[in-house]
Amino acid sequence: MPTRAIPYLKGVLHLLCLLPLLYLLQQYRSGALASLADPTNYLTHFTGDWALWLLLADLAITPLRRLNSALAWLIRLRRMVGLWAFFYATLHLLIYVVLFSGYDLPTAWAGVQAGHLIEPWNQFKLIWPRMLDDVEKRSFIQVGLLAWVLLLALAITSPQRVMRAMGGKNWQRLHRAIYVAGIAAVIHYWWLVKAGVLAPWKVTAVLAVLLLARIVYSVMKRLKKPSAAKPSAKMA
Amino acid sequence: MLLRTEKSIPSSEITPKEVYESFKMTRRRVLSGLGAVGAAAATAGLPQLALGETPLKFVTTNYSVPDRATTPESKAKSYNNFYEFGEQKDDPAKNAHTLKTNPWSVKIEGLVKTPLTLDLDKLASLRPMEQRVYRFRCVEAWSMVIPWDGYPLAELIKFANPLPSAKFVQFISLADSKTEELPSGIAWPYSEGLRMDEAMNPLTLLTFGSYGQTLANQQGAPIRVIIPWKYGFKSAKSIVKIRFVDKMPHTTWNDLNSEEYGFYSNVNPSVDHPRWSQAHERLLNTTGNSLFVKSVPTLPFNGYANEVASMYAGMDLKRFY
Repeated sequence: MPTRAIPYLKGVLHLLCLLPLLYLLQQYRSGALASLADPTNYLTHFTGDWALWLLLADLAITPLRRLNSALAWLIRLRRMVGLWAFFYATLHLLIYVVLFSGYDLPTAWAGVQAGHLIEPWNQFKLIWPRMLDDVEKRSFIQVGLLAWVLLLALAITSPQRVMRAMGGKNWQRLHRAIYVAGIAAVIHYWWLVKAGVLAPWKVTAVLAVLLLARIVYSVMKRLKKPSAAKPSAKMA
Repeated sequence: MLLRTEKSIPSSEITPKEVYESFKMTRRRVLSGLGAVGAAAATAGLPQLALGETPLKFVTTNYSVPDRATTPESKAKSYNNFYEFGEQKDDPAKNAHTLKTNPWSVKIEGLVKTPLTLDLDKLASLRPMEQRVYRFRCVEAWSMVIPWDGYPLAELIKFANPLPSAKFVQFISLADSKTEELPSGIAWPYSEGLRMDEAMNPLTLLTFGSYGQTLANQQGAPIRVIIPWKYGFKSAKSIVKIRFVDKMPHTTWNDLNSEEYGFYSNVNPSVDHPRWSQAHERLLNTTGNSLFVKSVPTLPFNGYANEVASMYAGMDLKRFY
C-alpha cells in the first residue's frame, strides 16, 4: 500500500463506518423504525452489535499485520476503527439512558418547545434512581459500563499529542485495556441473553481467536529469542 | 408483597345468554372457517401448507383494557418469543411458516377418567369463542394489549373430567425434527404448567385466535393458552398435550434458570428479575410515526389482582416468584 493512498483509504473507511448510522436515519425517515414493535430494543441491539463488531475489527488489525510485513500499513487505520467502535458504544449507552431507562423524551421535548428549558433535566431526575439501581445491582450493566469507560479513556488518550505527553510505554500500557474492554463487552452480551440462548457464541469465537493469535505470537517470539541467544546454556 | 383483595364474581365470568345463542348461530361458520385451509388443500390434492390466518367467528365480552390502546396487529404478529423458531424477536415470524397446523390434535392424558385425543375442529367447537382484550406482559419488561379469541380453559378441563388426584396441569408444545436441530441449549419439547385452580380460573383462556383471526403460526398456532396475570412464557404455544398430574410439573424456563423464572411467574412489580427491574414496562402499542414507546408502571398480577390474588392468599410471593 503506497503511503499516499492511506488518506483516501481512511476516507473510504470513515464512510463505511458511517453507513450503519445512515441506515438507521434512513429507517427513521421511511417510517420503518416506527413500524417496529419495539424500536427501543432494536436500536439498543443495533448500536451494541456495531460497537462490538468494530471493536473486534480493531482487535483484528494487529494479528493481520503480523501475518505479512506487506500489511504493515494496516496499523495506520487502527485508531480510527477504535474511535468508531467508541462512537457506536456511546450511541448504545445514550439509547439506554434516553430510551431504555424510561426517560420521557416527548415530555422533555414538549417542555423545551414551550420554553421550559429545565424540563429535560427534570425528566432525567425522574429516571435517575432507576439507572442508579441498574448500575448498583445488575452485573451485565456494570460490565457493559466498564467496557464503555475503558473505551472512553482510550478515546481521550488517542491523539498523537496525548500519546507523546504520556510517553510511549505508559500509553501502550493503558491501551492494553482494549483487551479488557473486548472481553467485558462479550461478557456483557452473554449476561444479558437468557440461559440457553447461544447467540453470542460467534463474537466470542472471534474474540478468542484474536486473543489467542497474540498469545501464540508472543510465545513464538520468546521461544525464538532465547534459543538463538544462548544455544549452549543447556550444555553447561 | 402479599396482595389480598376482596374477590367479587366478575360479570364477565358468566357467559351471557345472548352470547350462547349467538354461538349456536355461528358455530357452523367457525368450523368451516377453521377447516377451510385443510379442505382447500385436500380437494386440490396438494400438500397442506401454512396458508396464514383465516377469520374466526367470535363474540365480544366485557374483558377489555380501557386505559390502554390495543397493540397494532402487525406489531403483535412480528415481535414474538417462540424459541422453537429462533432466538430473535423477528425469527418466529420469518421461520414459523414451517409449522404444520393442519391436521392438529391435542392429547388429554394423565390423571383423567378417560384419556382423549381431540382434533382441532372438535376443540374449537366445544364452547363459544369469546374475544377478550388482555394485557400481555413479557418477563423481558415489555408489554402489549392484545385481543385473543378462545374460551376458558376451565371448560375443556370440565369436559376432560380429571381425577380428584390431579393437582396440576402440564402443557406440552409441539417439537419436531426441525426444533431439535436448533443450535440452542434448550431441551424440547417446551413444557409449561399451572396449578389446578390457576388453570380453572375464568381468566385462563384456551386460545385459538387473535384480532378475530386464527392464530398466526408465530403466535403459537393453532391452539395455546393465555394466562394474562403471568409473564408471557407461562402461556404455552402450539399445544399438543394437556396432562393432568399430581406433582408440580417441570417447566422449560425454570429448568434453564430457576432463579430467573419461577413456576408461578406472576407479574409482580416488587420482585425484580435478577437482571432487570420489573417495576416498569415498555408498553408496545404505539401507532403512526412515534418512536417513543412509553414506559408505564407494572401492575401487580398485571392488573388482574381482583380476579386472581385470592388464589395466592397467605403465600410469600417473593419466595414463590
